[in-house]
Parts: sequence; structure tokens; C-alpha cells
Amino acid sequence: MGEFVMPSLGADMDAGTVTRWLVHVGDAVHRGDIVAVVDTDKADVEVEIFEDGVVEELLVPEGTGVSVGTPLARIGAPGSAPGGTPPPEVPSAGVPSAAPTEAEPARPEPVARREPLTPVVPEAAVPVEPPPTQWRAPRAPASVSPVVRRHAADLGVDLATITGTGKSGGITRADVDRAAGVARAPAVAPTTERRSRVSPRARKVAAQRAVDVTTLSGSGPHGAVTGTDVEAASAGKPAPSGLAPPATAAPSARPARTDKAAGMRAAIARAMARSKREIPHYYLSTDIDFSSARSFLDERNEARPVTERLLPAVLLVKATALATRAVPELNGFWIDDELRVSEPVHVGVAISLRAGGLVAPAIHDADAKTLEELMAALRDLVNRARASSLRASEMSDPTITVTNLGDQGVDAVYGVIYPPQVALVGFGAVKERPWAVDGMVGAHPIVTATLAADHRASDGARGARLLNTIDRLLQEPEKL
Amino acid sequence: MSPAKEGSPDVEAAVRHALADIAPEVGAEMVEADADFHDDLGLDSMDALNLAIALHEATGVDIPERDYPQITSIATCAEYLRAHGTS
Repeated sequence: MGEFVMPSLGADMDAGTVTRWLVHVGDAVHRGDIVAVVDTDKADVEVEIFEDGVVEELLVPEGTGVSVGTPLARIGAPGSAPGGTPPPEVPSAGVPSAAPTEAEPARPEPVARREPLTPVVPEAAVPVEPPPTQWRAPRAPASVSPVVRRHAADLGVDLATITGTGKSGGITRADVDRAAGVARAPAVAPTTERRSRVSPRARKVAAQRAVDVTTLSGSGPHGAVTGTDVEAASAGKPAPSGLAPPATAAPSARPARTDKAAGMRAAIARAMARSKREIPHYYLSTDIDFSSARSFLDERNEARPVTERLLPAVLLVKATALATRAVPELNGFWIDDELRVSEPVHVGVAISLRAGGLVAPAIHDADAKTLEELMAALRDLVNRARASSLRASEMSDPTITVTNLGDQGVDAVYGVIYPPQVALVGFGAVKERPWAVDGMVGAHPIVTATLAADHRASDGARGARLLNTIDRLLQEPEKL
Repeated sequence: MSPAKEGSPDVEAAVRHALADIAPEVGAEMVEADADFHDDLGLDSMDALNLAIALHEATGVDIPERDYPQITSIATCAEYLRAHGTS
């Protein structure tokens, strides 16, 4: 059969390090399975395989850096005897080869289909951690979250042998545990756990400490999970009720969520540190009267069914996208000491994830979309970001980013640019404030728009033009 | 499926079901009925819209935007649906 080679995970990647194998010799693998974690110096990227087969040999040990195209593993025909079987060909370990094997037609970006965990945002990759319960994987042939996949790999369980009990037949962590013969306390069986309750404090503690509350049995009233239970679980100690956090249920398993949360944090840290290190930011802000936009939205939404309602964010994204036409030097990338203006306007939308961290995937050609199309795209993007099913192109394509912290109630956000982008537009909450019109002060809904821009690529006067254009566009929302 | 017309705890179950679809990670089946969607569960305006859509599909009750402030928790959501049940 074929070889699994070090893929190119970005235009500027010429080598990577296999930090972790998620399969063992003898494992059956299927097209789309994530088989390895590759460190590209920018981010840990989980890499898929694109054929069915059996892992015959791992050619590159963990921790080894190799060039793109280097064979990493030998893949035998599906159903072939696992392990022990001498490979039919002479291994070519250590011999870099940029050519795909005959069994694997050229596929320049293997991660580019449904990779929530393999963002290729240039220098700003922000991996998304999907807890098992939030994975939807609508397009995946086998509905298995990467976390579950890794858990199975840790336990040496072949996913192909498991019948899933999750949504749409998806394989859950519990399915893997059952297959591995890992004993779980009855109280944490899926059917029971969803009946129990979780106190708000427990939920907050769980979010802070990346504990999966669905694996806990509570010591509170009616079995409610309390903050103390979560703290005990995160400390790795049995709670009074004898709960079984994942780490104790499967001693060999790593606390994947915690690791991934840390990975996300580290990726954000790298990108943001690089941004502040390299990009000479300048900041502008302007208060925008949102009265016209508010009236437009109210009237429009009142007359339409709930499925067709628009959120204020749609107007903000559209206005920003259109405004970049007036100031194109804010739409693009700073690469190799020069500005590369992008013709298309792909607006990255910062989406916070409830489990922690954020992603800023692109709405492609946002300037050319109608408000209805933008709303549909935004809704789809947010839902998929939170279900961890973003596409690599969405992660790598933004030409300018919009961050809207209005829901968080702050007045303004002074953003940090995602390199190599050159601008980030922020919006705070729409609030009633005193506002003078023609010498008369009244209460108006006001939103503060901010711009963080790369001074290498543009100057304040041009940045001001962008914000002023956004303001002007929002005064005539019906034209957006 | 029209849980709302029962005017019973089924309404709360419908809300929990909708919430579970929208924000699986909050563990909707386990959330306290009076936990605040925004402050306790971290839901945002997109989640609120998704919830309104899901509840509309599940119960037939259309929640206009001006009433969003009334649906801040599972309990208030269920209360609203019972009060406005149309099925």
C-alpha cells in the first residue's frame, strides 16, 4: 500500500516534528482519521490520513523533525495482518521525498477539510478543543471526535470495532472505555450522568479547570455536582462521593482537555506575542450613533420570522467589509517586509469558545454578501466553531478581523492584530449614551468602533478613514 | 412534538433539549433551572437567537426580539412558553 508522509501544512512550512503518534503498529486506520500530531513551530497540528489500511510501521519516532514529504509511516492494505508482517518494500525512512506515493494522490493540504484542530492561520493558529459532548462532525464519515480518537489510541482500542451510542451513531468516550474494558462507576454512565445536576459555581470551576462535568457524580442535593466535586476532580483526588474523573478512570490516558486548552493558550500566546513583538500597532476609536441601524434591525426583525432575524453584528461586519474598499491597505497581509493587499475581503470573525480560547475564522467575500447571506454565514460559522468543525481555509484566509465584544458589555476593545494581517476592527456594546444632535442632547444607542492597525502598512489618517466610512455606512443600514 | 401545549414540565424538557443542541458543552440536562443563560452559562446573542429558533421549531411559539429579556434561564423560558403556548 502506501506511505503516510509529512504533509505541508502551510505555504511556508518545509519541515515539521512528529510530536505524537496517535496510532500504533497494527491499528486499522480509515480515511480521515487523525493519526499524528505534528509541530510546525507555529502550532501543534493534528494530521489526517487519506486512505484506509493498517499501520505496518512507524518510520519516524516521536520527537523527530523531518522535511515535508518524508515518509512517516507505512500503511498496509485494509485487513492485512497487523504488525510482524515484513513490509513488501524497502523502507525509505530518513530519505525525504516530496512526491506523494502512488496510493496517495497529491493532496497539498491534507488538513483542509474538516479540521477543527488543525488551523493553519499563518502564525496565529488557534486550535479548538472539542469536548466529546459538543462534537457534531456532520460531514465526517465516522462520527468520532479527535478527543475520543486520541482516547482510543491511548487505550489501544480500534475504533473500527466499536458501535457508537452517541448522536447519529457517533462513538463516545464511554464507548471507547467499554471497548477497552475500563470499569466505570455506574453513576457516570451516560444515561445517568445527564440526569444529574450541576451548580453554577461547579460549572464555572469546571470551565476554569477544564474539567468535564459530565464525568462527575455529585455529592450535592439529588446528586448535584458541586464546586467542591469539580475542584476535587481537577486536583486528581477522589471526591467524597467517589467520583471518577477521566484521569482516574483510565490511568494511562492523558487529561486531553487540559492539554488542549493549554495548547490553545500557547498558540494564542505565540501569535499575540509575535504580533506585539513585530507589529507597530496604532489605535483609533470613534463613537458611532447606532440609532438608524437599531431602528432598521428592529423594524426588519419585527416583520420576519425568527429564522430570518439579523443580529447587529451582521451590520458591523458588512460595514467593515465595505469600508475596506475605501482603505484597501488595511485589508491584506504584511509578509516579507511589504504589504500585500488582498483583493477579496475575507472578514475573520473572532468567536470565543465557552471552553476557553477563541478562533477567528473567515467569512469569505463578506463585502459581496447580502445581509441575509452574511447572517447565515455568521450563524453557520459560530455554530461550527463551537462544534469544532471549522475548515482550514476558514482558519487561514482572513484578510482583516472583526472582534465584537458587545455581548460582554464592554464599551470598547483595543485589539491585537492577528499576524500577518494588518488590521483589526473592534466593536463594544451598543449602549444608550447622551448624544448631541444639532445642539440637542438626547439618549442614543451608541457603539464604539476601534481600529488596531499595523503602522508599517498604513497611517493614522487612512485608519481614520476606515472608521469614518464604517460610521457613514451604518447611518444608512438599508444600503448595506 | 409539541411539548408546549401540555403546560407541564415537558416545556422545561423542551427548553433543556433545545439548549443541549445549541450549547452541548454546558450540559443542558444538568443546568439549574434558574441559571442565567448569559452570566452563568456564557451564552451570547447568537446563542439566544439559536435558542429562539429552536424553541419556535419545537413548540411553535415565536419569541419576538423585544421579549428576549424575559427569557434569561430555563425557568423563565419555560414560563414564557407556557404563557404564550399556541399549539
